Amino acid sequence: MSEDGKVLVLVLSGQDNIGTALRDLPRGTVLRVEERGNLEVIVADEVPFCHKVALRDIDAGSPIVKYGEVIGYASRAIPGGGLVHVHNVTCDRGHLRVAAGGGRGEK
Amino acid sequence: MTEFWGYRRPDGSVGVRNHVAIIPSVYCANHVARRISEQVAGTISISHQVGCSQVGADFELTAVTLGNVGCNANIAGVLVVGLGCEKFRASELAERIARSGKPVEVISIQDLGGTPQAIEQGTCIAQAMVQGFSTQRQQKIDASALIVGLKCGGTDATSGIAANPAVGIASDKLISCGATAVFCELTELYGTEELLARRACDERVAAEIRGAIADMERNVSILTGDETYASRRELLAAGNIEGGVTTIVEKALGGMCKAGNARLQGVLDYGSAPPGKGLYLMKTKGHDSESVTGLIAGGAQIVLFTTGRGSPAGSAVSPVIKITGNPRTFERMVANMDINAGTVMEGTESLESVGSRIFDEVLAVASGKRTKAELLGHTELFSIPRVGAYGMVV
Repeated sequence: MSEDGKVLVLVLSGQDNIGTALRDLPRGTVLRVEERGNLEVIVADEVPFCHKVALRDIDAGSPIVKYGEVIGYASRAIPGGGLVHVHNVTCDRGHLRVAAGGGRGEK
Repeated sequence: MTEFWGYRRPDGSVGVRNHVAIIPSVYCANHVARRISEQVAGTISISHQVGCSQVGADFELTAVTLGNVGCNANIAGVLVVGLGCEKFRASELAERIARSGKPVEVISIQDLGGTPQAIEQGTCIAQAMVQGFSTQRQQKIDASALIVGLKCGGTDATSGIAANPAVGIASDKLISCGATAVFCELTELYGTEELLARRACDERVAAEIRGAIADMERNVSILTGDETYASRRELLAAGNIEGGVTTIVEKALGGMCKAGNARLQGVLDYGSAPPGKGLYLMKTKGHDSESVTGLIAGGAQIVLFTTGRGSPAGSAVSPVIKITGNPRTFERMVANMDINAGTVMEGTESLESVGSRIFDEVLAVASGKRTKAELLGHTELFSIPRVGAYGMVV
């Protein structure tokens, strides 16, 4: 919640470890995450409108959870308040290792 | 009782528009078809890249799809324009469309002696058809006659938070009125297969959902696995990434929201009509033109199209309603956007309220309200997929 009473970050599900910025969030912005009992998160990187911000530290290799589902994995450690996006997240869906000859793929 | 004003067709289907369509059987007839349509107000023309140099499953998909498009209830009558030497005979296309009971005429460019003669003859035929249908009046029709296509394109992170969930609410409401909703784009559903399978009406449909998504993912993985094209592996578009979408699964979970919470009644082949009412998944790739063409071939009279980044594209056959969940996009591209779901991002409106507005808009458009895309003349969304080796739809 900002000084003007507007909500700054939206968390869609109880299992999510990221929130979505409802406006451009400069570094240093203090977020109070309503959905986490007003947990205080200090924005560590500039997070543009509708991009994702980590609600807590996320270890390298850990799942990124949005909508209560795993959307990918951290490719490096992400601090709480950090921008979560293509530079630090991987996802292997759509890139199955497909056997030669067009057989069914395996992940 | 939820109703709209529609046009009854001979086969009992109902259109929300009363087009006379000029349809080429082969791409060589595209220009003549377009010129005829330019001459006669009240016609639409279709342009495509198929109809010749095709065999097997690829040829069959073209024939069935073009035929089904001609059968769409928004089209009152059809003039088929053939060249004369093509694989896909104009007479076959005409026969497929005539199964709907609507009037179909055929001209052949080579038989008539070339472009000017074909345009002249086509103009006379189209003029008579349009005048005939111009006396048809709309009737009060139950909303259950509607088949609404659900699409997203130019996705950003607001799509999965605002626009798609609002469409999902509208879709559920339409289904509760007895109508049908069809979503599609298997390339945009990786990661949702179990969530969707759980909503299947029976185990057979659940297996079809899992199988359809898995088949598409395998086919795409064959392409992305080719090291020669390592720089072309990214599944997301630049606009998706710039708009805050990070992975294909994130995009899929957001995209799935437009299908609301209704039970899934079945999985449809590309361009096929749903066998009953309710929610269906159609097997299309995440290609806007191909998807909308497939939905229209399957009978969709209206398409709900969410777009975070701002796609202006429309269809000549079925009105496309544009919904954006990005308030900045709505403000900048208000000439292209019908519904602003960005109010949800701003915290000034609930999803339920936006969903209700979308539901109302569907009925208004069904009864004749023109969409922004129609008014600006957008007709990009027509293309038919090709079938390549091993039956892979490319």
